[in-house]
Amino acid sequence: MTVEAASLRVVEPVQPVLGRKRSERSVIASVGLHSALVVASLIAVFPVFWVLVTSFKPDAKAVETTPKLVNDSSVDNYVRILSGEKGDFLAWFGNSVLIALMTTVLAVFLSATAGYAASRFRFPGKRSLMLSFLVVQMFPFAVLIVPLYNILLALGLQGTSLGLVLVYCTTAVPFCTYMLKGYFDTIPTDIDEAGRVDGLSPFGVFWRLVLPLARPGLAVTAFYAFLTAWGEVAFASAFLSAADESKTLAVGLQVFVQQNRTEWGHLAAASILVAIPAIVVFYLVQRFLVTGLSSGAVKG
Amino acid sequence: MRRFLDRHWYAYAMVLPVVVVIAVLVLFPLAQGVFFTFTNINEGNIANPILDRPATYVSVGLGNYLKVLSGDASYGAFWSTLVRTLIWTFGCVFFHYTIGLGLALLLNRQVRGRAVYRVLLILPWAVPAFISAFAWKYMFNAQYGIINQFLRLFGLPDPVWLGQSDWALVAVIIVNVWLGVPFMMVALLGGLQSIPGDLYEAAEVDGASAWQRFRDVTLPGLRSVSSTVVLLGIIWTFNMFAIIYLITGPNPNTRILVTYAFERFFSGASRDFAVASTYGVLILSVLLVFAGVYRRALRKQGEVW
Repeated sequence: MTVEAASLRVVEPVQPVLGRKRSERSVIASVGLHSALVVASLIAVFPVFWVLVTSFKPDAKAVETTPKLVNDSSVDNYVRILSGEKGDFLAWFGNSVLIALMTTVLAVFLSATAGYAASRFRFPGKRSLMLSFLVVQMFPFAVLIVPLYNILLALGLQGTSLGLVLVYCTTAVPFCTYMLKGYFDTIPTDIDEAGRVDGLSPFGVFWRLVLPLARPGLAVTAFYAFLTAWGEVAFASAFLSAADESKTLAVGLQVFVQQNRTEWGHLAAASILVAIPAIVVFYLVQRFLVTGLSSGAVKG
Repeated sequence: MRRFLDRHWYAYAMVLPVVVVIAVLVLFPLAQGVFFTFTNINEGNIANPILDRPATYVSVGLGNYLKVLSGDASYGAFWSTLVRTLIWTFGCVFFHYTIGLGLALLLNRQVRGRAVYRVLLILPWAVPAFISAFAWKYMFNAQYGIINQFLRLFGLPDPVWLGQSDWALVAVIIVNVWLGVPFMMVALLGGLQSIPGDLYEAAEVDGASAWQRFRDVTLPGLRSVSSTVVLLGIIWTFNMFAIIYLITGPNPNTRILVTYAFERFFSGASRDFAVASTYGVLILSVLLVFAGVYRRALRKQGEVW
């Protein structure tokens, strides 16, 4: 025990000092701290782990009343899904990737421009714009599927990916704008002024100076927008055509949940396949999450 | 006018894309949705371009509001559903905040393997909601779900979690807490890191105990981030339909306002768009009133938002 405490102390100067000094912490406190974090991490990870375990079991074994880690496990479920036996999985996957990426790009663009304007300029209507972003989140938009359907039809976007992408943007952009405005607020305005002195236009300053500095904030925005689009069911089933090859993953996977009977093994395997891209995106941005999100939330 | 444009044109040019998208895809549908609440529109009388059928719905004045607000069970028993919605919302946000704050405080210390803990703890956020819903539905199953197997192992009672009882509400709250803690934790962790370390040192020099430091330095330092994330959390949870809808479906024991709007909208032979929209408007009104009260309460504490 003493060895552990001593070795912890050696590590200390290497890490940047955050919060209070740690050297005073007793061994008991250390054990308590780690066990609390371990328990919390286990709870956080367990459902995902259990889906992973289930995904290798045949459907019949997945509903046995004694839990086993391995029970006739094989990669059969994955093979059957990827080979298209249960519906055109790869086409769904492609649609989802396309729609999620388009949403990400468009939402980041829209919220970055709006967030920058709200952060740097004082213009009439700014306050009401920001307030309206808050109010927009209060209405359950899914009950507006009929009017949305009408307007997409009028714009010629009904049944297209672009229409769905725009709908996702309206749900993602308000929060993203708040977040990015907060992040831009932490970037000193001297940088903008120096850029203007050097002859850049206001857009040039935004594009060439501020955006590169705001990368953590943009990463978090992208993560949020990606997740908004990646797992959404209601809009996707309403606004995409019913043809099997134009479905997204979230819609397509409903085939495994038929009435009275769920193919748990297959559903689990498909879920893992769906979760992988989201987790990859998450892993790429996670080191930015704390700085990117909090500056937005702190400033409101 | 010219000078006005000269001064502000690039600000307006930068917000224009958002304003156009929001106006077309939010304000217009919203206006139409509000209009629907004064009619009896449903699947049977809406204009159908495919069948070339004109709209035949008629105005019913405030009829929908009167029916819903009377609390009639065939219109979703508005008042008892509102109470359940409030239990759901405040239950979830309370645990989101307290657990999120607790974990953020732990992660803000120097812990070996902090980066690993952080990744693992944020993971629930990265999993698409419908997959989390499926995973928990599987784990909560009364017969073969691992949660009941675990409870039986210790000789504890094993309720039918997702049946027609209040256990179902407990179950969906547990799932939503699991899902929402990472966001709170990350936001509060950022807030904690922005509190200057000298404040703690000064407090320590003054002989403040750990609890006093928490109460007098940490909590005030987090007030601004807390007020934002709690408000957002309440709005999001109030309108969080996916988890309940995917886990328990149309179970009346887990019915909240937004899931009832959905039931009205999606199920039944005649999909009742009018009542669904009425619920939408009522949800918006409740949240607007709440936001106004919340803002006033913050302002009383000298907080400008």
